[in-house]
Amino acid sequence: MTALFRAEDIAIQFGGIRAVDGVNFEVHPGEVFSIIGPNGAGKTTIFNLISRIYNPTHGRLTFDGQDITRTPAHEIARLGIARTFQNIELFPNATLLQNLLIGRHCHSRVGLLSQLGFMSSVRRAEIAHREKVEEVIAFLELQRYRDQLIANLPYGVRKIVELGRALCTEPKLLLLDEPSSGLNTEETEGMGYWIEDIKKDLGITVIMVEHDMSLVTAVSDRVMALNYGRVLAMGTSAEVQGDPEVIRAYIGSEPVGAA
Amino acid sequence: MRTIFKTRYEQDLTLARHGGDVFWYGLLLVVMIVIPFVAGEFYVKELSGLLLFSIAGVGLMLLIGYTGLVSLGHAAFMGIGAYANAALMARGVPFLISLPAAVVITAAAGAAIGIPTLRMSGLYLAIATLAFGGIVENIFSKWDSVTGGFDGLAVKTPEIFGWKIAGTDGVYYLSLIALVLVLWVSANILRSPLGRALVAIRDSEISAQSMGINLSRYKTIAFAISAGITGLAGALWGHYQHHLAPDGFNILFSIQLVTIVFVGGLGSLHGAIFGAIFVASLPQAIAIMRDYLPSKLANLPGLEPSLFGLILVLCILFQPSGIYGWWLRLKTYFINFPLQRKASSRRQKSYAKSERLR
Amino acid sequence: MEDAARLLQLVVNGTAAGCIYGLIALGFVLIYKATEMVNFAQGEIMMLGAFVAFSMVATFGLNYWVGALIAIGITAVFGYMLDVVVLRRVIGQPQFAVVMLTLGLAFIFRAAAGFIWGYDPVGFVTPFTNQTVRMGGLVLGADNLSIIVGTVVLCAVLYVFFSHTRLGIAMQASSQNQLAAYYMGIPVRTIFSLIWAISAGVAAGAGILLSPVSMIDVNMGILGIKAFAAAVLGGFGSIPGALVGGVLVGVMEQFAGYYLPPGSQDVASNVVLLVTLILWPQGIFAQSQRKRV
Repeated sequence: MTALFRAEDIAIQFGGIRAVDGVNFEVHPGEVFSIIGPNGAGKTTIFNLISRIYNPTHGRLTFDGQDITRTPAHEIARLGIARTFQNIELFPNATLLQNLLIGRHCHSRVGLLSQLGFMSSVRRAEIAHREKVEEVIAFLELQRYRDQLIANLPYGVRKIVELGRALCTEPKLLLLDEPSSGLNTEETEGMGYWIEDIKKDLGITVIMVEHDMSLVTAVSDRVMALNYGRVLAMGTSAEVQGDPEVIRAYIGSEPVGAA
Repeated sequence: MRTIFKTRYEQDLTLARHGGDVFWYGLLLVVMIVIPFVAGEFYVKELSGLLLFSIAGVGLMLLIGYTGLVSLGHAAFMGIGAYANAALMARGVPFLISLPAAVVITAAAGAAIGIPTLRMSGLYLAIATLAFGGIVENIFSKWDSVTGGFDGLAVKTPEIFGWKIAGTDGVYYLSLIALVLVLWVSANILRSPLGRALVAIRDSEISAQSMGINLSRYKTIAFAISAGITGLAGALWGHYQHHLAPDGFNILFSIQLVTIVFVGGLGSLHGAIFGAIFVASLPQAIAIMRDYLPSKLANLPGLEPSLFGLILVLCILFQPSGIYGWWLRLKTYFINFPLQRKASSRRQKSYAKSERLR
Repeated sequence: MEDAARLLQLVVNGTAAGCIYGLIALGFVLIYKATEMVNFAQGEIMMLGAFVAFSMVATFGLNYWVGALIAIGITAVFGYMLDVVVLRRVIGQPQFAVVMLTLGLAFIFRAAAGFIWGYDPVGFVTPFTNQTVRMGGLVLGADNLSIIVGTVVLCAVLYVFFSHTRLGIAMQASSQNQLAAYYMGIPVRTIFSLIWAISAGVAAGAGILLSPVSMIDVNMGILGIKAFAAAVLGGFGSIPGALVGGVLVGVMEQFAGYYLPPGSQDVASNVVLLVTLILWPQGIFAQSQRKRV
């Protein structure tokens, strides 16, 4: 099975610090791939490299057969990669609907002048976008919040709206940055169900950065553990969580009675 | 409170939300058309000035209020539009060509300053536009051959197909048509993907990029459109004043424009209009107040700018959402009466968010 | 020999003017480093300080040095009160609001100055007016030299204050990390008001140093814009940078006035500002960071 996404020997350096150092991994279509590791391991940095906010100092990124190592950040969405952010980067002064509609931007084909006059082509395109957005709203059950300002919504709902906005771009690859951070146990379980639905019903490949091991175990097909920018282990969830290197990275020493 | 029952997606796209909107705005338009027939020349002239401030205000609002890019040098674009139009007309170009040409030239100037400033954050952009305004003002006074330098430039009366549009009424109707056109275009922008992209850039550049919005392209477009609209106001301003001088587009004018946007209410087209009403009527209000003040205070040459400054300060301290914010509060109060909640109109306490980390 | 003398004259004049820009820029940078507010009224505070000094020396007849110190003191208190009464209330509002606020204040200060002291330019006698100094065959104006020397002295005082006194170190701490400063028991809000006071005092100092060279009038504050060029060139957020930037702008202006077509001098600082912002926004001593998502 050919990989949908491949990171080859990817590295980035900030001054003297190697935040990511020689990381190699592949993600196969339709799978949920989790990246775990202690704080500062470089997980979000990898996401920022994939969504091209940062430029790698070394290595290659390939998506869907295309080399994206130097693609500008704003073209990633059009290629089919969408992401959510750890600290929620929604647009607080707009309604939920408007936030989701921005997710449709990469599919916008109308010209500048037609927009200035709001020609019928623009009107038709807007209605088509609205229909697509409503599909996502129905999928995530966000109907009652449709016209509310993001600033007025509770945190758990905002997390789901960010997910929705990413889904509106019709991605092939979805990058979820700590989807359960700030959520309680029930909400985290709910998030797990959404991720499963995304994988099974929508067929979208997911790369997830997570700290919550129950969520990781529940939804992931494969897991990669990082520390100090380097890969410690890769495999199924059980394999990685049992790996002594990984345990040492989290706890700091060999567990008592380990093999 | 009127609840709008929506059955079709088109309803979210229309400019008028319900019949009431159509009625009131229609009535306003009729009144504006009829005014020159009933009011004296003084009032018509004042209203023309107000309309032109509104157009410039809308132009700047699109940039500051909707895209989040602060420009402290927008008087430069007024000037470029004014001088371009007047200079072209002085060389025999008909009005119907010189006016759009002036708009295009100003839009190009907007793009020209927009491109090098793409990477600048809010504060640096504000300072850069300030410097830009100063440089353009200097160019106006030095480029004698086109602008007439310190002697200024007389502006010819506009003519459409041989029909002279003279007098205060002529300028008034030109300005009114221009304002309606500008408002229509702006409303179109705001309900299109372009408008959403601009707001996205204002609220979070990083996630806007992740959603596929090309920051450079859209910031440049925002600057160009904003400059173009302000240039239109500038071109008509030339006909309003009949004579252009380089110091008529100085930093004070730029600050007046920013005040229109800010005091009116950031982030709404209504705000631009309210702000324009405020700034345009301030000199008259001060003139009236002068009669009631002790003579030493009243004859102060700096009275107008000081009151200007005072109102700006009070606005920021007590009502940062501007006149439009105040208007909305008033409307909500009357709609909800007697069940209004005090908390919904109280300003929320906010904490300093560092702009150093962008 | 004559060319060298002229060159030196330009450099001295430019450095003197640049010191003034640098001092105003210093005020900007102090406030910005601490509170991230940009005080667009800094030039006007300089103007007020100069006028107060004028009142002390010319109207009340005090000795120059005493009058200058009192003027600096009064202006510093004014800066402190400004923070307590007005600026503290806008913490948490976006930077644009603070820009508008200080612009509004600038207008009010200008009108107030006009009201109290009138709109005609005034001046007062200083120990440096119309004096010259002979240095190795050259004759230089004592007024320009006094500006340079005065700036050096002022900066030395500030340097010692910030690095060797408890208050100064507390100020540095509050600038770098407000929350940590609070935890250490530093009264951050008072510290910020004191920073405003120092900033205002420095501006007043600049105004006083300027008075032998140019008359004091209500529109003096327009130098504030040139000070921006200084602050940006030096790297907004760097104190030595503000002064280096100021001197560079001052000298460039002088050279532009001499070698380039007439009128270039007026626009030189704006051009420097714009070009620096476009090409090297970090300035000479860079101080910027990036948002982490």
